[in-house]
Amino acid sequence: MKLNPGQIFLAAFLVNNIILMRFIGLCPFFGVSTSVSTSIGMSAAVLFVMLLASWVSWVLYHAMLLPLGLVFLRTAVFILVIAALVQFVEMFLKRYIRNLYSAMGIYLPLITTNCAILAVTFFNINYNFNLLQATVFALGTAAGFALAIILFAAIRERLDDAPISPAFKGYPIAFIGAALVSLAFMGFTALFGIS
Amino acid sequence: MDWSLIIKSLVTLGGLGLILGVILLIASIKLAVKVDEREARIRSVLPGANCGACGYPGCDGYAAAIAAGKAPLNSCSVGGPEVARKIGEIMGQEVTAAEPKVAVLICRGGKNEAPLRFQYKGAQNCRQAALLLGGPKACIYGCVGFGHCVTVCPVQAIRMGENRLPIIDERKCIGCGRCVTECPKGTLTLIPRRKLIYLACVSHDRGRAVKEVCSVGCIACGLCTRVCPVGALRMENNLPVMDFQKCIDCGICAHKCPTKSFIDRAPGRPKASINPRCTGCGECVKVCQFKAIEGEPGKQHRVIPEKCIGCGQCVLVCPVKAIDLVGALGHSVKTI
Repeated sequence: MKLNPGQIFLAAFLVNNIILMRFIGLCPFFGVSTSVSTSIGMSAAVLFVMLLASWVSWVLYHAMLLPLGLVFLRTAVFILVIAALVQFVEMFLKRYIRNLYSAMGIYLPLITTNCAILAVTFFNINYNFNLLQATVFALGTAAGFALAIILFAAIRERLDDAPISPAFKGYPIAFIGAALVSLAFMGFTALFGIS
Repeated sequence: MDWSLIIKSLVTLGGLGLILGVILLIASIKLAVKVDEREARIRSVLPGANCGACGYPGCDGYAAAIAAGKAPLNSCSVGGPEVARKIGEIMGQEVTAAEPKVAVLICRGGKNEAPLRFQYKGAQNCRQAALLLGGPKACIYGCVGFGHCVTVCPVQAIRMGENRLPIIDERKCIGCGRCVTECPKGTLTLIPRRKLIYLACVSHDRGRAVKEVCSVGCIACGLCTRVCPVGALRMENNLPVMDFQKCIDCGICAHKCPTKSFIDRAPGRPKASINPRCTGCGECVKVCQFKAIEGEPGKQHRVIPEKCIGCGQCVLVCPVKAIDLVGALGHSVKTI
């Protein structure tokens, strides 16, 4: 099925939500979702890095790896380039856009080598997206990540004060909650999807 | 074995790594942010508790603000005079240290003293409990008792006691005031660390209205304002307000208070003792508010130790300096 950009965005945002449907990027999902404010900062950093990584990896793949016949090197090359790029961007922001740096500075290095970022670059290639489609897909995925993590942070803020038995306090109840949210999102699969 | 492929991949990956490394190296030199070196030095003398008592986000924020000349040098209540002096040296300025403070709970209504109005089953958090009709306690002014202060204390100086009131460890408390701002009821406050007496009630009700909801609440009788020898207390909105500048820590208000709403932080109090120089003039008998001195006129008086609280008022009025305060610390005779 051929998808238009709008459908790609919606698919990445809801139907194939990277956290709740693909179970990728679970470490920031649980690690940074303790409060809404930190999860918003994390989401902004993810959006930023995901977009950059998609562009760079797409160009690298089509301009270098494919012509040279080195497709099997993509994992190493992507990680290397994304890590270096984020390092560079961090320095650039620190120097020239101080406000943006202090808003998401600490989350940038955290997200650099996250599996969610790498997964998006691979999906772009596996689905044979062109650059526009890849951009839309990255945007949708980042938005989906933000939706999941901010939603979940709000739930966890409530869980903190709820009278929960000691055995379930903290991560156990968070995992149970995540499973329930994930179940809810499975309802979207009947719509359409990228597969 | 396809050697050309191996070489090709080695060159590609290695070359890519090398180029990126060089770019990052150049960038780290070109884009280096010049940090005021005084900022780093100020940061190194700050305590690093990141408590926010200075009003800046953490010690880094405060150090940056000082280096930029935007912050006063003595705002760090944790470091106290020592840190203020070091910052002054770095900045080349004279500083007067801020008075060290300590957080105290100004509510004594635990589960035995202050009954509940209703059973609360909601979120176990002071701020949420306080939103529901002012909390489950019958006294709507008092401590809610779910220990929000315990969670916000950056140095773990607060724990919950048996009676569902927080207990503050004064040795650990750094006086940052985080608990004071976070408490939904305002039942915590900062007092100067050297002061010993404070009122531990926040109820603005009076008389029976207080008695019905708490056995240790201030009933606004105003006795303390009348017995205070230096006029440091005045009634305001049904609560005595203490002027810490005037207070001499004599402890008379704490012992006279009918509801025991004052707290005396002194570990122990001295007792008055009358030596043979006494002429028996009786001035001390008149001034003593606790009837702790007895004796016939013209003869040497004596102190009843069980009644004396060591306030030192008799020492001040004795015309022949025949009275000494002896025994436990708390304050010395000189401060009176």
